[in-house]
Amino acid sequence: MFKEFFSELLEGNLIGAKCKECEKILCPPKSACDCGSRILEKIKLSGKGKIVSYTVTYVAPIGYDKEVPYVVAMVELDEGPWIVGRLEVDAERAEKEDLIGKRVEVYGKEFPTEQFYPDKQRRVVPMFRIIE
Amino acid sequence: MRDVAVLGVGQTKFGKHPDKTLPELFAEAFFEAFDSSNIELREIEAIYFGNFVGEITDGAANLGGFIADEIGLAGIPAYRFEGACASSSVAFREAYLAVKHGIYDCVLVGGAEKLYSAGTPIGTRALATALDSAYEVNSGLTFPGVFALIARLYAKAYDIPLEKLREKIAHVSIKNHKYGAKNPKAQFYDKLGNLKVEDVLNSKMICSPLTLLDCCPMTDGASAVIIAHADFAEERVDEPIYVRGTGQASAGSLFRQKWDIVKALPRKKSAEMAYREAGITPKDVDVAFVHDCFTIAEVIASEALGFFEYGKGADAVEEGLTWIDGDIPINPDGGLIGKGHPVGATGTAQIYSAVKLLRGELDFVKVDAEIALTDTLGGDFGTLVNVILSVHRR
Ligand SMILES: [Zn+2]
Repeated sequence: MFKEFFSELLEGNLIGAKCKECEKILCPPKSACDCGSRILEKIKLSGKGKIVSYTVTYVAPIGYDKEVPYVVAMVELDEGPWIVGRLEVDAERAEKEDLIGKRVEVYGKEFPTEQFYPDKQRRVVPMFRIIE
Repeated sequence: MRDVAVLGVGQTKFGKHPDKTLPELFAEAFFEAFDSSNIELREIEAIYFGNFVGEITDGAANLGGFIADEIGLAGIPAYRFEGACASSSVAFREAYLAVKHGIYDCVLVGGAEKLYSAGTPIGTRALATALDSAYEVNSGLTFPGVFALIARLYAKAYDIPLEKLREKIAHVSIKNHKYGAKNPKAQFYDKLGNLKVEDVLNSKMICSPLTLLDCCPMTDGASAVIIAHADFAEERVDEPIYVRGTGQASAGSLFRQKWDIVKALPRKKSAEMAYREAGITPKDVDVAFVHDCFTIAEVIASEALGFFEYGKGADAVEEGLTWIDGDIPINPDGGLIGKGHPVGATGTAQIYSAVKLLRGELDFVKVDAEIALTDTLGGDFGTLVNVILSVHRR
């Protein structure tokens, strides 16, 4: 499931699931809805949303240390769910400006995997590009 | 169902212990607990042991048996519990339930972890295993990162300018380092006891807006607690400390919790479960040992536990309400920030401090208390455990 989510993301598609029982939208998809229902429809989301929080990371775990400083953000998608990814801005701008509320669009970017990541071939990261 | 009480408690010095294995470290804490419990070794019927990432730090799993053997108890059931930072609190709650329901009369609980010796890059990666492994860690999110995200959410949710919030939560670091500096078993004993707001704001940035002094350290350490049914405990020790209630709750990935993040809803559920069992309200708690893995973490905990209204926790610490002479003293032993955070040992180390304080044996800090609460958070709200302890059986 998670491999399909990231393969689709690399193709430019942000995939979610819509619960047929309670209409909740899940992104990334889960095996069951929060209501317990397993009747889920695969849907494509707009891939657009706004930044709700972010942090500039200066101290990284082993496997990520070559990428610092990097900006991790939480984005509220237009369809409701929140997702975690990397914000495509330099650290300096993220420290100086308040970027919360900025509109972004998401795309997938491939990074080298690391020994503990569940996908042993590649590590795909949702990237957020500011669009306003 | 039976009443349950704590007999003896033990804790190693927190800091760096590269010369000891996890079982050796645990044995040191166990001997202190055992020597103050007035029981025979063979009266211990089972071991509930908490450890988070022994596989990564020490290449060690299946620790139950090795722990039992190290202290001369090979043969009895010995379990290893993992609930990230709440590992030994989960162990404690399971041990408590087993004694309460008559499965065992007397059991050993505790935990050990060696994150300091593992070094910061591996330690940071090991801690990140408590996050969503597929959808959060891939971006390079870390634990300080999670609470940095939460700090910005908190600032927005309650309309506090971020720089103002940083100044307010700096008081958590100042307070906990002040008490930690007095605690001989703390990692920062005799260090950092006189911090100022600027020291916290200007220390090394880890994940903005959180600096090094907003974070608890990487720690090696162990803790141990012996519990038994109350009649058994009363025969053995002068001052049994009674377990009056426990609670536990769970949650999934941080991003799925959305705005509930700042309200720490699983903690509210867990605390309510514990309060209900103990038949008390937050107002009845005299002292609390809460999970201050980061400054902002203590603030949101103080709200979800019911001590302050949502959005008022940052003001409360700044105004001194959570200091030892305030309305609800929080972390008078230094907390995770001042005392250290040997992840799998942290929950029973909170119980160590709570029991010592209730018995009037925490010499370095004076708080009059009859009821104490512990609060341990595993991951980004994935596992929450609360324990209520009292000097009174009923
Ligand atoms: Zn549903």
